Amino acid sequence: MEFKFTEENLGKIENLLKKYPTKQAAVMPVLYLAQEQNGWISQEVMIEVASILDMTTEDVLGVVTFYTMYHQKPMGKYHLQVCTNVSCMLRGGYDLYNHVKAKLTIDNGGLTEDKMFSLEEVECMGSCGTAPMIAINEDYFENLDKQKLDQILESLKSKN
Amino acid sequence: MEKIVLPDIKDLHIINVYEQNGGYTAVKKAYAQSTDDIIDQVKKSGLRGRGGAAFLTGLKWSFMPKSNDKPKYLCINGDESEPGSFKDKQIFEFNPHQLIEGILITAYAIQAKTAYVYIRGEYHKWIKLFEKALSDAYEAGYVGEKMKEKFGTEFYCDIYVHKGAGAYICGEESSLMNSIEGKRGYPRVKPPFPAQNGLWGNPTTINNVETITNVPAIINKGWEWFSKIGVYELPSGTLLTDLIYKYAGGVPGDKKILCVIPGGSSMPPLRGEQIEGVKMDAESLKAYGTAIGTAGVMVMDEDTDLVKVLARIAKFYYHESCGQCTPCREGTGWMLKILNRIVKGDGSVHDLDLLVSVANNIEGNTICALGEAAAWPVKYMVTRFRDYFEKRVSQEVMLPVANKVHSMRNTAFPLAEIKE
Repeated sequence: MEFKFTEENLGKIENLLKKYPTKQAAVMPVLYLAQEQNGWISQEVMIEVASILDMTTEDVLGVVTFYTMYHQKPMGKYHLQVCTNVSCMLRGGYDLYNHVKAKLTIDNGGLTEDKMFSLEEVECMGSCGTAPMIAINEDYFENLDKQKLDQILESLKSKN
Repeated sequence: MEKIVLPDIKDLHIINVYEQNGGYTAVKKAYAQSTDDIIDQVKKSGLRGRGGAAFLTGLKWSFMPKSNDKPKYLCINGDESEPGSFKDKQIFEFNPHQLIEGILITAYAIQAKTAYVYIRGEYHKWIKLFEKALSDAYEAGYVGEKMKEKFGTEFYCDIYVHKGAGAYICGEESSLMNSIEGKRGYPRVKPPFPAQNGLWGNPTTINNVETITNVPAIINKGWEWFSKIGVYELPSGTLLTDLIYKYAGGVPGDKKILCVIPGGSSMPPLRGEQIEGVKMDAESLKAYGTAIGTAGVMVMDEDTDLVKVLARIAKFYYHESCGQCTPCREGTGWMLKILNRIVKGDGSVHDLDLLVSVANNIEGNTICALGEAAAWPVKYMVTRFRDYFEKRVSQEVMLPVANKVHSMRNTAFPLAEIKE
């Protein structure tokens, strides 16, 4: 399926390009825009981004695969990122991670059948003072335990 | 004790409040002086980089060429990803204008007309908070072309935010530059150093967020004052035991301390019984065989499974190795495999020596310092807690499958006969 940026996003790209002396430098923010619009970075997205920024598709692919925050497959409406790095681990991060895995019956990188939730085990998010934590899409939820996490998941489910 | 980076002033993140508390006066003061004077004051203040390497900031600035034939750049490193560290986040949220003011002074000192603030991608919220502060500062005329009017100078500078996308390695300065240029975040071979050959081949200085946030105070209150009060929000040289028991409220359940990592997960750990008398400053920690790093302290009580902790740390560096240098790319994976074997209970005492050997072969053999960051925790944890690790491994080397060929090497039958 062909991918084209919306008019609004094309305007944003124009502004982004003013920040840098080369077009290529805008690839990371442009990929973020594409991900926001499309949900994930598909082959078609990379072709379009490459043509806008005068890059090769391979160079764009190189960037996409290097950075973990560009999704190369569709993710859930709510992308759960559970930190299991040392500070969170010491405060029960793995309990949360295993709890989510069991509750949603998905593994790392998995997506629930209703496409509502996807799960990712992530590295330190800089919430060590309020560990353990998970991030859902762009928001941090800190000082968690299983009960609080359940409440959060239930409230997300009931929203839909 | 006066706090420099995060003073106790309500709503300081709002531009008016910041102005009412003496904000944006240091930059005016700075612009009335020569660039050499500014660099000199920062040098004398003894300000050191807060990103982990603790390099003298003024000295770094003085490496920038004086000629103006090429554009110059300033990069502010807010990639903050060292496990156990979350200091820059506080600045974006509670004192962003002091960071902006610090950038304006620094950019002037090195004559950079463009500054990029690189913020890790996971910090969506803090990027928005900082961008709000930045747009207020633009509107008030402190940043951008309006500066000429505001300060009556020829000099002006633009500040842009560049959002990372989840790569720890981009906190390494040359990797950060590649990332801004729109490439994979591979560290570059040094020399040439960024001051000669940085962003798009132009002179570039890279400083940490916290480092730059200190600059306005140095200009306003003088380098003598700054050099006396020391480094961190608690005075430099605070006892580690005071930090843990007095300021952080001690260990939950009054348990004994097994292990302390004093400056982010890549710094060598200390044994619990070793921390008495240790001060939180570069010299004291060095004397105890570790380093201050980002000063993000992690304390583990006696119930902690250190083998699992070390395996998790190893997993982090395995995940974050960019893959450019073989010792790091392969070595981090080997260390993780060995540690996972020990966690499962299948390790032998030979594995402990093997871990140290692998770590030693990574250290010093890579382009960037991620090699050391991955090697140190393994090497020092295993050596300093050798007794602890030895209890978790068998004393003999066990082969999963008996090796028939090897066991017959010294027998009277040649191989050919066995085959038949």
